[in-house]
Amino acid sequence: MLLDKILEKYPQQEDSLLEILLAFQDAKINHFISEDEVRQIASYLHISEAKVCSVLSFYTFFRTENKGKHVIQVCGGVPCHVESDFNVAKTLEKELGIKVNETTENQQFTLEYTSCIGLCDEAPAMRIDDKVYTKLTPNKIKAILAEYRVYM
Amino acid sequence: MKETKIISRRFDRINPVSLDDYLKTEGYTGLTKALKMERISIIEEVEASYLRGRGGAGFPTHIKMMGLAKETNLPKYIICNADEGEPGNFKDKALLEKDPFAVIEGMTIMAYATGATHGFIYIRGEYQEAMSIMHECLKKAREEGYLGKGIRNTKFDFDIQIRSGAGSYVCGEEFALIESIEGKPGRTRVKPPFPTEKGVFDKPTVINNVETFANLPVIINVGGKEYAKMGTPTSTGTKLLSLSGNVKKPGVYEIEFGVSIRDVIFDLGGGVKNDRKIKMVQLGGACGPVIPEYMLDMMIDYERFEEFESKTGSGAIIVIDDRFDLFDILLKTVHFFEHESCGKCVPCREGHTQLELLIRKFNKKEATTKDLDSLESLARVMHQTSLCGLGQTSPTSIIASLRFFRDEYIDRIDHPSNL
Amino acid sequence: MINLKINNIPVSVKEGTTILNAAKQNNIKIPTLCNYPDLHINSECRVCVVEIEGRKGLVTSCSTQVREGMKIITNSPRVINARKTITELILTNHDSNCNACAKNMNCELQNLSNILGIDQARFPSVLKMEPIDDHNPALVRNPNRCIKCGRCIDVCKNIQTTNILEIMGRGQSMKITPAYGKYLSDESCTFCGQCASVCPVGAILEKDETDKVWDALHDERKRTIVQVAPAVRVSLGEELGLKAGSIVTGKIATALRLLGFDDVFDTDFTADLTIIEEGNELIKRVTEGGTLPMLTSCCPGWISFAETYYPEILPNLSTCKSPQQMFGALAKGYYAEKIGWDPENLFVVSIMPCTAKKYEAQRPEMRHDGKHPDVDVALTVRELGKLIRQMGIDFESLPDSEFDNPFGITTGAAAIFGTTGGVMEAALRTVYEVVNKKPLEKLDFTDVRGLKGFKETTVNLGGADVKVAVVHTLANARVIAEQIKAGTSPYAFIEVMTCPGGCIGGGGQPYGTTTEVRQKRLEAIYKVDGKMVIRKSHENPAITKLYEEYLIEPLGHLSHEYLHTHYHQRKKQKPKHKNVMATY
Repeated sequence: MLLDKILEKYPQQEDSLLEILLAFQDAKINHFISEDEVRQIASYLHISEAKVCSVLSFYTFFRTENKGKHVIQVCGGVPCHVESDFNVAKTLEKELGIKVNETTENQQFTLEYTSCIGLCDEAPAMRIDDKVYTKLTPNKIKAILAEYRVYM
Repeated sequence: MKETKIISRRFDRINPVSLDDYLKTEGYTGLTKALKMERISIIEEVEASYLRGRGGAGFPTHIKMMGLAKETNLPKYIICNADEGEPGNFKDKALLEKDPFAVIEGMTIMAYATGATHGFIYIRGEYQEAMSIMHECLKKAREEGYLGKGIRNTKFDFDIQIRSGAGSYVCGEEFALIESIEGKPGRTRVKPPFPTEKGVFDKPTVINNVETFANLPVIINVGGKEYAKMGTPTSTGTKLLSLSGNVKKPGVYEIEFGVSIRDVIFDLGGGVKNDRKIKMVQLGGACGPVIPEYMLDMMIDYERFEEFESKTGSGAIIVIDDRFDLFDILLKTVHFFEHESCGKCVPCREGHTQLELLIRKFNKKEATTKDLDSLESLARVMHQTSLCGLGQTSPTSIIASLRFFRDEYIDRIDHPSNL
Repeated sequence: MINLKINNIPVSVKEGTTILNAAKQNNIKIPTLCNYPDLHINSECRVCVVEIEGRKGLVTSCSTQVREGMKIITNSPRVINARKTITELILTNHDSNCNACAKNMNCELQNLSNILGIDQARFPSVLKMEPIDDHNPALVRNPNRCIKCGRCIDVCKNIQTTNILEIMGRGQSMKITPAYGKYLSDESCTFCGQCASVCPVGAILEKDETDKVWDALHDERKRTIVQVAPAVRVSLGEELGLKAGSIVTGKIATALRLLGFDDVFDTDFTADLTIIEEGNELIKRVTEGGTLPMLTSCCPGWISFAETYYPEILPNLSTCKSPQQMFGALAKGYYAEKIGWDPENLFVVSIMPCTAKKYEAQRPEMRHDGKHPDVDVALTVRELGKLIRQMGIDFESLPDSEFDNPFGITTGAAAIFGTTGGVMEAALRTVYEVVNKKPLEKLDFTDVRGLKGFKETTVNLGGADVKVAVVHTLANARVIAEQIKAGTSPYAFIEVMTCPGGCIGGGGQPYGTTTEVRQKRLEAIYKVDGKMVIRKSHENPAITKLYEEYLIEPLGHLSHEYLHTHYHQRKKQKPKHKNVMATY
């Protein structure tokens, strides 16, 4: 089991929790942490499930349900806002046919807002999974999405 | 006006992950010198330099160092706060990605001076690139004896681990960051005790910003007194600025304290894009004040920022031109804090939601004079009573806008029926 | 001593005093909300802010210590405005339908609003109503009233180490719930009710069963039997306006008769019986090589805890039912027979300092006929207070009266069951005399008395020194359970109580239970013991008669049928319902 392999790398102490959750979610194919997995992590660290859930629900990185294969995060910061002549989120919504916080029917894309990703000098910016895209224009967004769609 | 490149001198000139490149450009000369000094003399040099925290609060670095050095409860920890998450700030990212060894060297010098043996770099989860660069550099430093047991053939042991954030802005607050390193939700603790007494794992800890650490090798090399000649008497040295928004050349710039905001925008940033007029400038990021065009001759130093009841000298400058509406900007700012509030204390948890509702009313021109009173009172109460820096500084933009853009508020009051 | 000025008046207080306490010592009560004696200072509500000369922001008086020369203003317009604003903010996310809340007139938030003179809501409510969890026999959680002060988490995590409740999510949508917002019944909750006891508002309450009792009292077919737990007689007074530690045994008996109960009995009787059975069980285990250490089993929270977290140690638990359940079984068995009533027409109510007793009464093991619960309803002290108020009884002026027979004759040993160390002391008084066949010189086992979390003593039984221990709170119970699991427990017999202080600090006791209050109740308990003519369970003539008439012998056939039970590993329930977790 993937989780077992990850768990054994960490000492059985509470302060491993955040690192375990990050490492596990990152390694798991569909990138979310299920209730059974929460139970297993809790029992490994000798803490309550509620404790694991409290960490899981505090940090925005963690997901407790399946999302799209690719998660698109649009920067919601002021610099990106003032540096775009168009609405990045609206453009993506139109291209994908979903609203923010929704997932496309084919489970390929989930669209979300994110806090600033530190690319204000190359605004507007967005992130797809671990990759960042800057100086966005409507055409550039179309091209980027097309690329992801080819490798679906 | 030109840049004063001190801690950014290596930016884009060396291969950041090459220890050789670093060593060829005076890298680790600070540590080498420090290791031959008395520990207390290092702290005295820092005192003479009057280096102040570069994360925003501007607390004198030597006081923290002295506090940690005095503690006898071992082990002691040094934490580098690289949880740069404030919209409009990206200067720490530049340091981590373009001169990572300087940060490591700075941490090592501080550890040596204070007797700390363990270090953490807490990097925000969004900075994946910075994280992999740092991992590589730590590995190299360890291999070459700049970290680990018996550093540079002395009896000094120190090593650094990376901890990743997971999407929480408030973890940049020192106790929230400590909680996060301990694997918990990032909710601050009640002070006192301060981290120097009881920090991570209840052990003495000093937390500093990335840029603060990067200054240490310079101070040791040139000497504290010499360093203090840069800048102004109370804000010494240089500052990295994150310039963004509607400017021609956004980016990270290094300046001596004391230059004006106008010079930064026009001389370094090339002025406003399409030569439009400046509507306002937000200083320090989301938790900083918004100021009007006529305030741009304001000098950049810690004292000026404090006038705005803002602790923020993190160095972000966001230029917003006259196409934008004040309340759109405030709404985005408040929304950000509402999303990032940890929820621990009442003013911050419930206050941001109410601030947002009030700002929304002004945005939609549905506000009343009573709303103006409520907004002002609420913003002040949040500023005065919130538990940590987030809630204390988040209303700054609103408080400043009530001062500099009051007319716009009055304009948005739905006359006259709601008066 | 530290010299400072509070509102321009020079005062001196001990070093390390908080501003809050310094003010209190000088007759100024700064309003607070999240603050609770005995619990961690979290400074979350920010209500207790004051101004310190020379500081820009306001500081919370609960967490700031005084310093020499400090000048504090507790009531400047800035301070008052801040407190009001903060309270108004709390109200924006709180179901303020106060008249329809069990905590009406007993609510710390309501009290605060009243003190601050909150008159109109400046800020609109943003409360999103959520479902109430009443899916267990003991506790009701109403998230709409929760003000996120964190007291419940503090007791659940740090005192009981169960950590069922936690903060989920963050910011304005932050909630305090079990994992995944599940029901308490789906989790490993012991229903100890400490969370309910410290909740400043009505967000966690015992499940109110007073209506069931009224129905039974006015049902002519029913004969209503009531029993009163040992700790109730030193705490019910507080619920009805008397001083902490008031002993109201006689008034309780009178009040229960006024309410209409047909038989007013005392759980102390079955506490004595417990000592006989449990004492003999201990002697048997020691002499015949049974599982040791033996652990007491009168506390239902502790039983749930052991069944859930330490199934390995279930053989160590005494098989004795709790006094409540021994009483129920005897009432519907022995007593029904004696008075010639069909047990189905008997309605047994117990008055308990406890919320977990509600859960215990519902356990399937606690039906000696296999069908009907032996105890129909277990009320908390607070619920009995409600009955008495509803009836309009002037409790303070009530004359004393005696409990009915046969379950009314009791001893001092039974009385001390109400406090930590009491069961142990009562057991030792009997076991010592039975084993050593000589009277005890001194009845008071002072080593096991008091509010220390972990107590131990050694007694000589039949020539051998035997070590015994007394623990309360589940944090300490965990320590002894771990020792047993590891095979390192040096004890023969251990008393375990879930709540801090034992039953005097139970989750069903009047609100405002603090160490100070527990100490007063504890002293009252020993006062009750001291005044009793008989102070050893085995000298209770009614108990002797019960064995002669009915049970024949301790641990005999009938004892096993009525007075003993067995335990099961308690597994987590499959969740019946799931809330979506508060994630962003």
